[in-house]
Amino acid sequence: MSENFAELRIERVRREFGDHVALAELELTIKGGEFVALLGPSGCGKSTALNCLAGLLPLSGGQILVDGKRIDTLPPERRGFGMVFQNYALFPHMSVHRNVAFGLSMRGIGRAERTRRADEALRLVRLSDHAHKFPAQLSGGQQQRVAIARAIVLEPRLVLMDEPLSNLDAALRLEMRTEIRRLHQSLGLTTVYVTHDQEEALALADRLVVLRDGVVQQVGSPEEVYAHPANRYVAGFMGYRNMIPATVSDVDEEVVTVAAGRSVLHGVNRDGLTAGSAAVVAMRPSDVTVGEGENALRAEVEIVEYHGREQAVQARLPDGTALHVRTGSRLAPGDTVSLTVPADRVLVFAEEHPPGEES
Amino acid sequence: MAERGVDRVLWLLVPGVVFVVALFAYPVLYGLQLSFQPEEGGGVLANYERFFADPYLRDTIWITLRLAVPAALINVLASIPIAYRMRGRFRGKRLLTTILVVPITLGTVLTAEGLINYLGPVGWFNKILMGIGLTDEPVRLVHNYWGVLFSLIITGFPFAFLLILSYLSGIDPTLEQAAATLGADRRRRFRYITLPLLAPGLAITFCLTFVLAFSVFPSAYLVGLPQGETRVISIAAYESAFRDTDYPLGSAIAMIMAVVMLVVVGLVLLWRSTLYRGATGGKG
Repeated sequence: MSENFAELRIERVRREFGDHVALAELELTIKGGEFVALLGPSGCGKSTALNCLAGLLPLSGGQILVDGKRIDTLPPERRGFGMVFQNYALFPHMSVHRNVAFGLSMRGIGRAERTRRADEALRLVRLSDHAHKFPAQLSGGQQQRVAIARAIVLEPRLVLMDEPLSNLDAALRLEMRTEIRRLHQSLGLTTVYVTHDQEEALALADRLVVLRDGVVQQVGSPEEVYAHPANRYVAGFMGYRNMIPATVSDVDEEVVTVAAGRSVLHGVNRDGLTAGSAAVVAMRPSDVTVGEGENALRAEVEIVEYHGREQAVQARLPDGTALHVRTGSRLAPGDTVSLTVPADRVLVFAEEHPPGEES
Repeated sequence: MAERGVDRVLWLLVPGVVFVVALFAYPVLYGLQLSFQPEEGGGVLANYERFFADPYLRDTIWITLRLAVPAALINVLASIPIAYRMRGRFRGKRLLTTILVVPITLGTVLTAEGLINYLGPVGWFNKILMGIGLTDEPVRLVHNYWGVLFSLIITGFPFAFLLILSYLSGIDPTLEQAAATLGADRRRRFRYITLPLLAPGLAITFCLTFVLAFSVFPSAYLVGLPQGETRVISIAAYESAFRDTDYPLGSAIAMIMAVVMLVVVGLVLLWRSTLYRGATGGKG
């Protein structure tokens, strides 16, 4: 329904605050109709990137082009992008209906058409019954839906969402997540979505951009980023909770053999490591199983948390490194166990000091 | 007590209540009953009848309103754009705020002295005007209506500015950002978002600066024409009570003064009650 652009190009976009670089040379091309998630912890530059796109923050360098036309010099009101704010930013002195119709009246659309389109948008987010209430009379989830309706009623060529679900409780968050995906699919709106929640990003996006300290770490489909994290930082963000220091003893093409936690492990060489170099072994807690077998580690169970079908176990390797395991087997603190992990689920990265961290 | 929803901490209010009763309620009630006991006989309302029958007394209401309403309006209207630009954080904000607020600490007498020095017939302002040949004789800017109005603006502006700045910082800045992404330019963001949310605060600010200006006294003497166009109502009350030692008439004038202020404040608050007064989404 909205007129999509063919592509939006973000070229070498920089943003500095004083001498702090919030966003360093961001390069990204967004295709019309795509759902892109910017993912990273707070302070990684994802909100800065979004505000630069919206025009709420001027760029320190670089340019943004929509189908070859520069838009980074336009003020926000002339970009034609819709934005959903983290705190919703509903106008408290206007009814729900007037909130949604605000953008339409700013564009000089007549009353009849305005009412029709606002009604339609409210119907889409299932709030028709609340049109005449004020924002303060609505629940958090309802306010969120008003904010979305207000942004999409203009059929913007790009919808920007700044952590829209972070102020909602867990159950509502899941519901709204489905809602956002549903709206995206039925309206075909190009969306840039900022979040620190990897699960949310994986569930919603066609493409993920993982950011850290203003630098892009990886761009890829959810499957790519989840299964093949580009570096140990992305791995950590994608659920590779176990990061064990190790030393490379042997390299055979893609398979690397390391000594870790007084055991020998085989894993996937992710950083072109050579024998003798210091490395980090990354494993997901759910990939580790209890039992004897290949690629085994010995550990002592330390803490057991009951999670229904599974237990979350923290065990300690002989050298004192902690290892997190999710398992269906019943373990008790003090047990000595053998843990195995398939070699293709063990990622071996170089032991380097990631940028921005003191060595 | 606690079971009936009365917090014992409320007892801490007792000294405050005693203070208010002793220093406010009692004098007001005393003055009120005094105003009904005219010195020169006549009915209970003789003082009030005398005030409204005598144009020299009656006109002081108009004279004072003519000073206080414009002064309050100018203070509020001038504060809005300045406070609006000073919401965010920027270098030198503290210094600028200090400069804008300093006149509070000057006091009326120093302000009056300054006004006479700068705007008086031999002050710098007139010397410059005559020096560059704009006028042949000094422009009269003190010892008349304008002198008092300037003084009220200088001393009233800091109050209005500080109040409006705090109301403005209580409005969530993302509301304007949201309006911008919805296509509203700067002017319409102010018109449709900021101004409606600020309006209740403007009403309160207007009331406070109006009340301050309506009770003008020293500057009406020092930079005004106390027997002429700036014979404000407080001068009439002062002269009745302390020059003519007619305390009952003085009290009656004070009561009339209070009623006029209450009427103006009441009208403004009535208008305010028609506005949206809920949360403005900010930290305030």
